Amino acid sequence: MNRIVGKEYFSDRVVKFEVEAPLIARSRQAGHFVIVRVGKKGERVPYTIASADPQKGTITLVIQRVGKSSEKVCQLEVGEYLTDMVGPLGKATHIENFGTVVCAGGGVGVAPMLPIIEAMKEAGNRVISVLGARSKDLIILEDQVRAHSDEVIVMTDDGSYGEKGLITQGVEKVILREKVDLCVTIGPAIMMKFVSQLTKKYEVPTIASLNTIMVDGTGMCGACRVTVGGKTKFVCIDGPEFDAHQVDFDEMLMRLKAYN
Amino acid sequence: MSDYLQAERAQEWREALRKSMKNKDRTTIPRVKMPEVDPEVRSRTYDEVNLGLTVELATGESHRCLDCVDPTCITGCPVEINIPKFIKNIERGAFLEAARTLKETSALPAVCGRVCPQERQCESQCFYTLKLKKEPVAIGHLERFAADYERMSGELSVPATASPNGIRIAVVGSGPAGLAFAGDMVKYGYEVTVFEALHELGGVLRYGIPEFRLPNEIVDIEIDGLRKMGVRFETNCIIGKTISREDLKEEGYRAIFVGSGAGLPNFMNIPGENLNGIMSCNEYLTRVNLMQAADPESDTPVHMGRKVAVIGGGNTAMDAVRTARRLGAERAMIVYRRSEEEMPARIEEIKHAKEEGIEFYTLHNPLRYEGDERGRVQRMELQRMELGAPDQSGRRRPVPVEGDTVWLEVDEVIVSVGVSPNPLIPQSFSGLEVTDWGTIVVNQETMQSADELIYAGGDIVRGGATVILAMGDGRRAAKAMHKHLQQVHP
Repeated sequence: MNRIVGKEYFSDRVVKFEVEAPLIARSRQAGHFVIVRVGKKGERVPYTIASADPQKGTITLVIQRVGKSSEKVCQLEVGEYLTDMVGPLGKATHIENFGTVVCAGGGVGVAPMLPIIEAMKEAGNRVISVLGARSKDLIILEDQVRAHSDEVIVMTDDGSYGEKGLITQGVEKVILREKVDLCVTIGPAIMMKFVSQLTKKYEVPTIASLNTIMVDGTGMCGACRVTVGGKTKFVCIDGPEFDAHQVDFDEMLMRLKAYN
Repeated sequence: MSDYLQAERAQEWREALRKSMKNKDRTTIPRVKMPEVDPEVRSRTYDEVNLGLTVELATGESHRCLDCVDPTCITGCPVEINIPKFIKNIERGAFLEAARTLKETSALPAVCGRVCPQERQCESQCFYTLKLKKEPVAIGHLERFAADYERMSGELSVPATASPNGIRIAVVGSGPAGLAFAGDMVKYGYEVTVFEALHELGGVLRYGIPEFRLPNEIVDIEIDGLRKMGVRFETNCIIGKTISREDLKEEGYRAIFVGSGAGLPNFMNIPGENLNGIMSCNEYLTRVNLMQAADPESDTPVHMGRKVAVIGGGNTAMDAVRTARRLGAERAMIVYRRSEEEMPARIEEIKHAKEEGIEFYTLHNPLRYEGDERGRVQRMELQRMELGAPDQSGRRRPVPVEGDTVWLEVDEVIVSVGVSPNPLIPQSFSGLEVTDWGTIVVNQETMQSADELIYAGGDIVRGGATVILAMGDGRRAAKAMHKHLQQVHP
């Protein structure tokens, strides 16, 4: 049981939770995720850790209401408990001084991107963050991203904030302007697919953090399997981050609909 | 035979029982048959298939045991249960004493009585099998009877434990290896904590073996027994991730037993295997058993296929295909590349599966899968096989019959072609020696790894075996670790 100590609405569909988890707060690194379950009949669902406070013994999760299980989490209030939480899981992001790194975060994907932005900046990279969303109210964590980025480009589909256009247009603008050594992308699978196609064209190495269906999250079931470079990989233990240019996003998109 | 066993056998009551009936009369009693639920009924429910022996049936069967001078049956038991002693207790009507005898060496008697392959262990070493060429004493059925009798009686005994020595021991994984190890160590007086990654305890006993073969309630009660002996349990905790080896050391844990299991399912890497509706047996059974996905109130979904093929011939494959049948499959099929004779599954499981209408496509091997426009599996191509010369395992190698393939319509496929060791521990602990297969290398006698304070057993060492072999490993590790710690930490 993990107590919720903070809850903040980024929008009516996106909620930030601060949850007590002293052991995870101490051991997690950028890129790690947790598995969360709410209620005795609840499903095990993976969420990437957005940040952690080891002193306070808490971690932060940003959750978008998309289905029954995320809805259940979002209904919880401060003082209530997650029934189960386990982690940190997955491999941590590989951080080093690559040079110039573009961090392309779409929608709620900006939350798990934040610790990567922080770590990349700290490692000495020039960090250009490109945030994308449908409209202004869905742009989250902009101030925190700005605090650790050399430059921030905001793209909205409807032009209600920043520049009008898709996240790929923002990324392309940077690539055309200067040498980019690495791109990291987190967001909806379809968005990552198009970012990956773009950076492949310009031969910019790209890492994507995949959020597939999981059950146990520890390598046991294989529900999360994806094809990477023609080989089957498990997102939970081989990932969640992979060379985006090798990921079969079409298969991943198909598998995400397995239970729809 | 050990002095202990001899002394036990020499007890007056045992002598008297032996004299009470001639061996000739004992050996003419036919072996008891386990009462079962009718296949038509049971293939629609999760209720346990085997009903267990009644007092009359168990008492009758107990008379078959000759209480041999040299009880070879015990050598066939990985946890060395004092088999004649518990059976003779049944014969004299001391059923609770029989259960206590089981608990002397087995942490999970009600589990073992249900899932052990006794026909390959104790019963294969029974005097009846070895010398009389008759059906062995139904040791497994009697074991289950004694454990169940005690549970139903409400008078669950708690085995005696030595006075606490204050030495902390960590156990990684709450499956059969870890539970057996924990049970013995707590008896020696150690302060034992079992760390489990999942939200429920029991490991494969919980997520793997279905309710109709091993009810969850039985697992709960056995674990509760360990709790009463003083074993502590922590769920949602992954050693090497949530807590490091160093953290454990800092918290005063002196040694670690790793029983993290064979958590990585194998796939065949054939075209179309990632289509929706195709999954590992681990995923399928975890959804149904651990997450109770078939319960309409459960948030976890599961495909309920009408035409389900399960690839493989082991116990897990039988569990999966029989589960699919219970979830409403009109056709529930086993697809296995060898013949029935080579199937690793227990004979009882194969028999039960057949009774429940499971179809067997033996000597067939999947080549590819094809799906519909939504990416859902629709059909599979099978290669017909024939048996060639024996391979390394001693079983005849299946070879393809060139050009002879057949298409089978399916809407769900469960791949049950073995598991690999869970890589989490080998990945996150330094100082362990790990094979190319990912198993941890240990001394076969002591189960000690290259790190003298880490012991390991069960599938993380064996790669894929049985509940009882894992428990045997746990017991051996406990014995050796106890000895080691007494030397270095008297």
